[in-house]
Amino acid sequence: MRLIIPLAVVALVLVYPFVVNSFWLVQIGGRTLGFGTIVLSLVFLTAYTGMLSLAQMTVAGIGGYATAYFTAPTGGVGVLLPWPLALVLALGLATLAGLLIGLVAVRTRGIYTLMITLAVAMAFYYLTLQNYDIFNGFTGFNNADPPVVLGLDLGAPLPFFYLSAILAALCYAGVRHVVRTPFGLALQALRDEPDRVRALGYNVPLLRVLAFGLAGFIAGIGGILNLWLNASISPGSVALNPVIDVLMAGVLGGIGHPAGAYVGAFVFTVVDNFAIDFIARERFNTLIGLIFLAIVLFSPDGLTGLVRRVSTRWARAGRRDKGATRKTKDIGK
Amino acid sequence: MTIQRMTLGATAAIVALMGSTALAQDAETITIGGLATLEGPFAGPGEDGLRGVELAIHEFGGEIAGHPIEFISASSDGNPDVALESARRLVEQDGVDILVGPLSGSEGIRIAQYAKEQPGTTFLNGGSAAIETTLVDPAENFFRFNTEGAQWTAPLGKYVAEERGWDNIIIVSEDYSFPYAQIFGFMATYCEAGGTVEEKYFTPVGNNDYSSVIAQLPIEAGEVDGMYVVLGGSDAVNFLSQYAQMGGQLPIVGGTNVTDQTVLTTQGPARELLPGILSSGPVSDNADLEAWQEFVTLYQDYYGDEGLPSPSLFASNYYTNTKAALLALQEVEGDLSGDHEAFNEALSNLEFTSPTGTVSLNENRQATAAIYINEVVQQDDGSLALEPLERIEDVDQYLGLEREAYMDLGLPSRENPSCPS
Repeated sequence: MRLIIPLAVVALVLVYPFVVNSFWLVQIGGRTLGFGTIVLSLVFLTAYTGMLSLAQMTVAGIGGYATAYFTAPTGGVGVLLPWPLALVLALGLATLAGLLIGLVAVRTRGIYTLMITLAVAMAFYYLTLQNYDIFNGFTGFNNADPPVVLGLDLGAPLPFFYLSAILAALCYAGVRHVVRTPFGLALQALRDEPDRVRALGYNVPLLRVLAFGLAGFIAGIGGILNLWLNASISPGSVALNPVIDVLMAGVLGGIGHPAGAYVGAFVFTVVDNFAIDFIARERFNTLIGLIFLAIVLFSPDGLTGLVRRVSTRWARAGRRDKGATRKTKDIGK
Repeated sequence: MTIQRMTLGATAAIVALMGSTALAQDAETITIGGLATLEGPFAGPGEDGLRGVELAIHEFGGEIAGHPIEFISASSDGNPDVALESARRLVEQDGVDILVGPLSGSEGIRIAQYAKEQPGTTFLNGGSAAIETTLVDPAENFFRFNTEGAQWTAPLGKYVAEERGWDNIIIVSEDYSFPYAQIFGFMATYCEAGGTVEEKYFTPVGNNDYSSVIAQLPIEAGEVDGMYVVLGGSDAVNFLSQYAQMGGQLPIVGGTNVTDQTVLTTQGPARELLPGILSSGPVSDNADLEAWQEFVTLYQDYYGDEGLPSPSLFASNYYTNTKAALLALQEVEGDLSGDHEAFNEALSNLEFTSPTGTVSLNENRQATAAIYINEVVQQDDGSLALEPLERIEDVDQYLGLEREAYMDLGLPSRENPSCPS
């Protein structure tokens, strides 16, 4: 029974490219996986450490900018490096950025974490906009295509989709694994009872900073996928709108479970792309807003929360019919 | 979890299948996609641009040689990533045959690149006017029947230096490719005529607070003769309002968008500064040109109170590009076979009368057309309009220079060109 869900998802991802056109493959599918990975980094932070960060798109942007800087120099800006080295550097820089943001944000809680990470995000946006030596100003980087590996062009729709799927799956599995390790358990303990964890001798700020670093690494992977999707990056990619989009997709999907990241990213991308078809073109943003409002209103824990609640209700109804008693291992759920 | 994933997959599959069957049915229909900025600082211009597309389709009765024309629109916010996403949607999902757009400069550069990946679709520019779009490695299937930013402003630089006797100015501009092009064209002739530029101030697109720039600006003419303002849409309104509130009186010459109808119809403090501003561009509201009058009448009759009092530059540019597509379609009787071979050929050789006069393309598929130098005047009914001072015929992509000489100027950027005082 436990294998059915992952197998269904794997089958879906394998079959998906052969039933859809290139728009659904790249623009919806590819974007869901890349953007979803950035959302995953936020969901990881929020679900397991209780910290809400608005700087995840920024960290992803650093990963993207670094990749572009080292693989697609433009107009005298950038240094051409072999792509494996460029990717290692990009992920390293994204992780470092995550750690640094963690250092700044670690002593704050709740709304203050949100504010301070938003400030970091906006500062980075204006930096990219006005710095011409590293970020190439408003224009940013164009023609940042994915590498060709052993004759396989990773930028072609099908390889790009599978690449995104594999990386997204690794990130997802990574998060699921990490939260079961002593480190992950300590983070969750920290989320629930920081004082007790401190009393037990854990270094609370260090744990939090490390969590930010790991989230930075994941966001970096998402950022690189996002860069390759458009083959370009510019300040618009790290502006206020995309920064908020990450939070929105997270809340939509349900910020309590890693799967919510990808569900949220998918719904967000679809609504964002198709809302204009259903309403006068001057008003489609209102429709997008209303859809999001409705989801948050009727299911505060997002779509995954909605599904979880519905299935629990079914399960309970089923038990009542059979008159079965609750099993011991269900207690406490 | 299972249910949710399955529903998700099923929905995706169904929607995708619906998309492809829709394509198969419409073999006879020719689909035109309109891409414009319906969000962000250029939302006003974007809406008017799409009015231009619809107007052209309406003028042809919604069909060409028996092929009904279908129109689909998509939105961007001025950001190249978003424009690309919307263009992909129109081309790959909706299967448009012809895409008209985008509106803003950097978007245009990105879409012209994308055109190379989609040889089966014909791209016509909307309102975007960056130089690079049709200069640097231009795409075979990207056509621009409107003149670009540098062509629009080249005559003004010379005019300001020679007729007004200005020899030292400052520039306030948005920080991206289209304003660079406008400054490039303006300074090319202004510096040539002996003028100097004391300082350039660049502000981000969509800026709301210009106080840090305004604090550095002179209040009235002295050492500095005037300022050249290259801002568009709400940026222009915000800047002019704040400069007026500070009591600023420096004479202003404007980039093309500063005196567009989307700005001229504004109320409030910015309005005081507008009368008397000089600018240059492909349209002039009061031009004594039959084609323009006809266009204005057509626009006003069709839109009435819904549209602007007089069509904006963007309506005109989108209209011109759409009309070019429809005329070429008429010529080939809607034949789009073989990756639009005949159609693209017809477009390349097309010469017709646009609202701004005769327009033709050069080897880069970039328009050559007339440019006006305008002054903003108050009409009898109180509204503001552009009064033509001079009309310069046949301004080409190379600003009248030889191709080599023009290429030597390099590409526009913050620093290029430069003629400091």
